[in-house]
Amino acid sequence: MGILDSKVPKGPLADKWTKHKNDINLVNPANKRNIDIIVVGTGLAGGSASATLAELGYNVKTFCYQDSPRRAHSIAAQGGVNASKNYQGDGDSDYRLFYDTIKGGDYRSREANVYRLAEVSGNIIDQCVAQGVPFAREYGGLLDNRSFGGVLVSRTFYAKGQTGQQLLLGAYAAMNRQIQRGKIKSYTRHEMLDLVVIDGKARGIIARDLVTGEIERHSAHAVVIASGGYGNLFFLSTYCMGANVMAAWRTHKRGAFFANPCFTQIHPTCIPVSGDHQSKLTLMSESLRNDGRIWVPKKLEDAKAIREGKLKPTELAEEDRDYYLERRYPAFGNLVPRDVASRAAKERCDAGYGVNKTGEAVYLDFASAIKRYGTEKAYTSGIQDPDEDTVRKLGEEVIEAKYGNLFQMYEKIVDQNPYKTPMMIYPAVHYTMGGLWVDYNLMTTVPGCYSIGESNFSDHGANRLGASALMQGLADGYFVLPYTIGDYLSDDIRTGKIPTDSPEFDQAEKDVRDRLNKLMSGKGKHSVDYYHKKLGKIMWDKCGMSRNEKGLKEAIKEIAELRADFWENVKVTGSPDSKNQELEKAGRVADFLEIGELFAKDALERNESCGGHFREEYQTPEGEALRDDKNYKYVAAWEYKGEPKDAKLHKEELVYENIELKTRSYK
Amino acid sequence: MALSGIFLVLFLALHFTINFTSVISPETFNELSHFMGYNVIVQFIMQPILIAGVVIHFVMGFVLEIQNNRARGVKYVQYKGGANAPWVSRNMIISGAVILAFLGLHFYDFWVHEMAYKYVEANPEDPTRYYAETVEKFAPFWRTAIYVVSFGLLSLHLWHGFASSFQTMGVNNKYTPSIVNFTKIYAVAIPLGFAFIAIYHHFNPIIH
Amino acid sequence: MKIYLKIWRQKDATSKGKMVDYTLDGIEGDMSFLEMLDILNEELISKGEEPVEFDHDCREGICGTCSLQINGRPHGPDTRITACQLHMRSFKDGDTITIEPFRAKAFPVVKDLIIDRSAFDRIQQAGGYISVNTSGNTVDANAIPIEKEKADLSFNAATCIGCGACVAACKNASAMLFTSAKVSQFALLPQGRVEAADRVMNMVRQMDLEGFGNCTNTGACEVECPKGISLENIARMNREYLSASVRG
Repeated sequence: MGILDSKVPKGPLADKWTKHKNDINLVNPANKRNIDIIVVGTGLAGGSASATLAELGYNVKTFCYQDSPRRAHSIAAQGGVNASKNYQGDGDSDYRLFYDTIKGGDYRSREANVYRLAEVSGNIIDQCVAQGVPFAREYGGLLDNRSFGGVLVSRTFYAKGQTGQQLLLGAYAAMNRQIQRGKIKSYTRHEMLDLVVIDGKARGIIARDLVTGEIERHSAHAVVIASGGYGNLFFLSTYCMGANVMAAWRTHKRGAFFANPCFTQIHPTCIPVSGDHQSKLTLMSESLRNDGRIWVPKKLEDAKAIREGKLKPTELAEEDRDYYLERRYPAFGNLVPRDVASRAAKERCDAGYGVNKTGEAVYLDFASAIKRYGTEKAYTSGIQDPDEDTVRKLGEEVIEAKYGNLFQMYEKIVDQNPYKTPMMIYPAVHYTMGGLWVDYNLMTTVPGCYSIGESNFSDHGANRLGASALMQGLADGYFVLPYTIGDYLSDDIRTGKIPTDSPEFDQAEKDVRDRLNKLMSGKGKHSVDYYHKKLGKIMWDKCGMSRNEKGLKEAIKEIAELRADFWENVKVTGSPDSKNQELEKAGRVADFLEIGELFAKDALERNESCGGHFREEYQTPEGEALRDDKNYKYVAAWEYKGEPKDAKLHKEELVYENIELKTRSYK
Repeated sequence: MALSGIFLVLFLALHFTINFTSVISPETFNELSHFMGYNVIVQFIMQPILIAGVVIHFVMGFVLEIQNNRARGVKYVQYKGGANAPWVSRNMIISGAVILAFLGLHFYDFWVHEMAYKYVEANPEDPTRYYAETVEKFAPFWRTAIYVVSFGLLSLHLWHGFASSFQTMGVNNKYTPSIVNFTKIYAVAIPLGFAFIAIYHHFNPIIH
Repeated sequence: MKIYLKIWRQKDATSKGKMVDYTLDGIEGDMSFLEMLDILNEELISKGEEPVEFDHDCREGICGTCSLQINGRPHGPDTRITACQLHMRSFKDGDTITIEPFRAKAFPVVKDLIIDRSAFDRIQQAGGYISVNTSGNTVDANAIPIEKEKADLSFNAATCIGCGACVAACKNASAMLFTSAKVSQFALLPQGRVEAADRVMNMVRQMDLEGFGNCTNTGACEVECPKGISLENIARMNREYLSASVRG
């Protein structure tokens, strides 16, 4: 197997996890009290892991850059969380969830990990309900479900348009309970700047107190990275402004392999860019595709008239509209997976059918849903021959109850009323499937260093299905890591406290200080944002929704040049010894400038199209992704060798014993 | 705050009922006043409770105000309180302080007079003196004016305070809207009634 | 359009702050309020001055990080939004905009417009949870049906994003709306009833310890709350508190 051992247990797929749990070593409760664990990041994965580890008896230290653990960006997840509960009796099962996830990921994820995810998904819902998470309910008092893209069942649990916030508050509450007990020590407004490796094992971190600027040493027997994805390297994305790859990237530089960096999810339904001043993009939940229909004008002249403001979308007759998703994918229609929907939107806009000023937007129309719901509501309220206005009014009420907060958000940003005129949407960077390479136990290639949630690569292959990120974060944190970490820590019960005055800590702290001083010493005139925007433009143009060899090679070169310029010239105001948001940003952008290059290198190396990775050279005559299972059915795990261009590729061959590899079809 | 407030609201209703008889029937007013003035339970149990209620209410009010002021050490340069809350609710301390000052006058006018009449000068009981004494008090314009203005502030104080006390006591059910409506009517009607009595007596002096 | 800014600048927690004037030109209505501040900061950096530090993260109105008092109101003139959702189309050419941090003794200023809201975390730690282990070995999620009406009310209370606008708006800097939202969310659910009495007592005690003011029911918090958390939650908390106190 070579250097990459996935440690997937033997045995039938459905028994692997149970058997593994029975086989691995445990730490007895008395010994857990002598073991320290550091968790970096307090989103769904980090928050749930911290709470559970503390509950088990370990001493946990959590770190987050936000002012409270509750503000991690998991909070922005709108649509829902999947679980194979089969409450709707529509034929759902662990196997189907597993199958949908593998297929949705375009056969680039590890079977055993994904099956385990499906297996524990039901527990998540039980757990969250017990914690008081207010999921949506039906009138009978039972939990409600809705559908998401890429599947044919209704398995998504939700709390209006803010499922992520409610789940995160659940994990945060569980954390608070342990903070109160003294089992978790929470470090807020702290940023991890380096991983400390002693005798080949992860033994601590160097962190910066973002308020005082102080550099701190923290030791532990294991370090868990739960710091989310790196999509912010595109500058414009649906990520929060502070999202960064620092913890994961510094871990990579200390020996952890980075897997599939080019697998990025571009979410189809975001509010389009309005101008150069834009600082971030806002997502409109995928759940809207349950009821919204996506279209562009059929004729180019209509599209042109709309762009120039001479024609209103509502004035366009039904036969002049092109519901291109329903046309191309009749079986799944508007609910095709995200990568497919995004590419289809780009294809139409590139062909000249875009509908906003910049020509980069398509319509998401609720008129027919309003009519359908309105008629239904009129009948159930006993109105026999409802007129058009009544139907519209009733329909709008139903839509408001379902998506009110999203519609309000849209109206505030775009200044248009989405009940009366179709929404405009365009794809935007939303999630990164790639991340730190981990084995079945979620351990990276640095012993004692784990990675969970979006920061690892494990479960979503080349494309993530909607409502699966929340599922994975909580599964890793509540139900997987707390078991698997015990196996590793069982060897550490006699180690005792890890001292922080070792040469390794000295060296790591010195590296960190040197780096900060170097960032502060730039002599040029451009701010951090200037470089970040430039990087984002290179990434979006050349490593975005579609990629080709020429563009990727240019990107690699341009990013390297930009990085050199950055380190020479970036202008960072203030001092390193106090609160300094510019310095914080500079450190993050410095990392993006490195991972961006690796991203392009990985995309260049993967000569196939799969999921979110679309190489223009590899497509079917109809423009669908063309996978190459013979040559690329592997995880690309990169080893750090100094510069991103020198990174060394290690391949983990993916083995499919339970699923037959097929061309993904949503037709 | 809420409990003492509700208690004072109840007292106010009683006080108003008795006073209002002075407009309708001087005899009844005299009877009731005499009863209140000489009944042992009223004088030695209920009156101290009432005074305690008033004292608790305003002392707590001042303490709360001080605490609440301290809860914001550095003040805003710009603060638009009026954008999100009505004046009355933000200025209970002002309406309250005016009412307290008025109570000083009111006590001096009636309570101090009573105490002096009964206990210091030890005059004999006279069950018919109250009506005349009351009407006489409202003869000067300045006093009537002060009373009327104070009743205006009492109305403002009740407008927020009465409904607010239900919120503080956690009352929130299907009757809440009706309760709130009732408190608003009360807040206007009772002070208006008091003002009417004062003005009525001012313009209808007893002709000797 | 051209706008005039008056912004609170304060070097660190112990320094004395003051209002500083800035002028910005070329602002467009489609810009968000925070993007306007980004532009100001880029200008300051290019002049070699230190940019204005302000808290922000998701920029879509859900994380609760932004904490700006704009023209005397938390999150600015519009209602039901956070500062990051406020757009410059709410202002006119030539307007003067005053920007201050949320102010309360319990929210000390860290730097410029950044405040420390850890008091809110401590209130939650005092009891804002249901004491169930995260083992997943609980009853099936559908084992206890919950009336939709109650579940919805609980959800409405749970939508609090912990931004602190309620405290900022309140003339008494009271944290009752924040605390009552969490108390209500759990008090309305069967799972949360078990510890309801202890929860309300502990959370209220912590709230008082943090130095927040008292609730005088002005209702400013409800008006300014970006999520529209209802005053009913405060009544519910008062009721829970009274009954818990009576039962001892």
